[in-house]
Amino acid sequence: MAVGAEAVFGDSIVTTKLDSAINWARESSMWPYVFGTACCAIEFMSVASSKYDISRFGAEVVRFSPRQADLMVVAGTISYKQAPILKRIYDQMTEPKWVISMGACACSGGFYDNYTTMQGIDSIIPVDVYVAGCPPRPEALLDALLEIQKQQKAEESITKDRIKKDFKGTLDV
Amino acid sequence: MCNHFEEKFKGLYKKDENDIYVIDQTFVKAMISCLKEKDGFHFLADITAVDYSKFNRPTPNRFAVIYILRDKEFKNVITLKTFIDDDDEDDLHVESICDIFFSANWAEREVWDQYGIKFINHPNLKRVLNHKEFEGHPLRKDYPITKGQLCTKTDDLMDEMIPLLEKKGYKSHSDLMFLNLGPAHPASHGTIRTFVALDGETIVSAVSEIGYLHRGFEKSCENHTYNQIIPYTDRLNYCSAILNNIAFSHTVEGMLNVTIPERAQFIRVIIGELSRIIDHLVCLAANLVDMGALTNYWYLYNPRENVYNLLSKLTGARLTNSYMRIGGVAHDFYDGFEEDLQGCIKAIEKGMGDTLKLIEHNRIFHDRTQNIGVVSAQDAINKGFTGPNLRASGVAYDLRKTNPYYFYDALEFDIAVGSVGDVYDRLMVRFEEIRQSISIINQSMKMLPKGDIIVNDRAIALPTKQNVYNNIEGLMNQFKLTMDGVQVPCGEYYSAIEAGNGELGFFIVSDGNGTPYKVKVRPPCFPAMSALPSMLEGGMIADSVLSLGSLNIIAGELDR
Ligand code: SF4
Repeated sequence: MAVGAEAVFGDSIVTTKLDSAINWARESSMWPYVFGTACCAIEFMSVASSKYDISRFGAEVVRFSPRQADLMVVAGTISYKQAPILKRIYDQMTEPKWVISMGACACSGGFYDNYTTMQGIDSIIPVDVYVAGCPPRPEALLDALLEIQKQQKAEESITKDRIKKDFKGTLDV
Repeated sequence: MCNHFEEKFKGLYKKDENDIYVIDQTFVKAMISCLKEKDGFHFLADITAVDYSKFNRPTPNRFAVIYILRDKEFKNVITLKTFIDDDDEDDLHVESICDIFFSANWAEREVWDQYGIKFINHPNLKRVLNHKEFEGHPLRKDYPITKGQLCTKTDDLMDEMIPLLEKKGYKSHSDLMFLNLGPAHPASHGTIRTFVALDGETIVSAVSEIGYLHRGFEKSCENHTYNQIIPYTDRLNYCSAILNNIAFSHTVEGMLNVTIPERAQFIRVIIGELSRIIDHLVCLAANLVDMGALTNYWYLYNPRENVYNLLSKLTGARLTNSYMRIGGVAHDFYDGFEEDLQGCIKAIEKGMGDTLKLIEHNRIFHDRTQNIGVVSAQDAINKGFTGPNLRASGVAYDLRKTNPYYFYDALEFDIAVGSVGDVYDRLMVRFEEIRQSISIINQSMKMLPKGDIIVNDRAIALPTKQNVYNNIEGLMNQFKLTMDGVQVPCGEYYSAIEAGNGELGFFIVSDGNGTPYKVKVRPPCFPAMSALPSMLEGGMIADSVLSLGSLNIIAGELDR
């Protein structure tokens, strides 16, 4: 037996929580900004092209302006020289935003344990999902996307502030 | 080969055991200029330096600068070495040869950046790979490999831009607009930054900055055994990883003086050409997207997926294959390889055919590419262009023809050359090269002999797994080779192959151990990139994207 609004209006409307509706909308249309620097970016090209087709998961609208994107995919090695740029672009994205760190280099520096490579981007920006591999297979990146969607469904609420205030990176002053 | 030089400077040079001309620092410029003017060495392949401070035999000085040149036919290589006077540790210097070769400009900046050797009279001696706040010179042997240095600010490049504008007669620049293209720009193909001054939509002057993907390849090499370096080479030009593998192994095999089995040679040719094709495919696909022809991206990119499938069956990885070993290749072809290969070729031919149908007689395509970013033949040589970029300017230089390695001299193929040297030519040369590569693959598959795929020498190749598990010699052999690496005889050696983007060379110094003492890559992109600003000047801003794209700059090999 339906109660509340549904009892009055019947099947013509669906009631839900505002959070669920917004999260549903968000997760079905993530707009990625691809911070592609190296080999992993070439694998991202595969993810975006017809065979793996990221549009099946609603994330094919790749934005090249950080201001229009809500998902940052860091695909490739981040050197110390690149780091301030990554930070700046991350800051330009509006909240709420998510970050996928794609590949060994972005996660930990990968096998470039040397004077020029940042040993993991999480020392400058917060990361939500890490993807292992050098480069990860396209399926792995799609899996990361699903993981983000899962997080959105389970944890997000419009009453909750997403800004990670307690995160302090090495480039934050 | 260099008669004038030998005659004129008799007694002033010495030829060492590696056939390198050791010359005196004071005569560097005179000698190189003589080599260029009189003996026809008109192409500067690379400049690098070596820090001998940890070398296991005595050298006159700590640092030496190396110059590698090619002659008119591109066949002969001459290597010059000059030791740098180090009486004053803080003032190591040698005369710049920028006014003889355009391509020396960035090469010298790199040596300064990495080794701290100054080039007198260099127009703009500043760091090129490392960031502005970096202190020290990382390729010096006393610089600890893991000592990273934080960068907090990006260079505004005004120090280079203002003199350029002044030279052009701009006293003030209040009516110009400055614009950064990159390093995080969708059309900058990776992490390349070009800073332009615009008058309306016309580019008045441009400055390029690179190094955003500098990953310390050369320093890492000094820390790994020869076979361990192969995965690093994958990530130089990641669009055609296997060609980098081949270039590196080929150089090391040259130092070891071994010839790899015929079957391995043919496998290298076949898989190498396949890599060249997929390299060109990415370049063409990306370029066409840049001019708005998106459909072609799917036509050209999807065949790559077929090749990825084949490569993952063969090597276990899609992109970064590490398929080569010193002395041969890692695995033989699998059953059914030939059908897969034919499938790939069909897909490539179809994708290419569909694309060409759309663009070949397309007015928009012609208007956007013809007479844009023109580089004349002479300029291209002077600027150090190689590969498709040089051939597009009409110079038929291809290492597969001039210095045939493996069985390229037994295979029939043409060198595609352009006539104008514009964006159109650079793209069309690549289309034609794909066709030629397909023909090479088909011929090689017919000629493919049976036999070993790696040299039968226990000092170079790992023993079979059966041997490792069943007898102690095999086990010890495996252990020694893995831990100590292939022992490469002492020497200094340069060798190059024709990679997707041109002459990909390695200069390796060995002190007789399993780890190289020094490795320098000659990436074909580096000189091409240094020429980009001059190509852009006077052009439209919208065309700059195409000029950059048509050079096929791959940040991985550009910055290493
Ligand atoms: S993780 Fe591997 S494939 Fe990805 S950017 Fe780093 S080196 Fe390249």
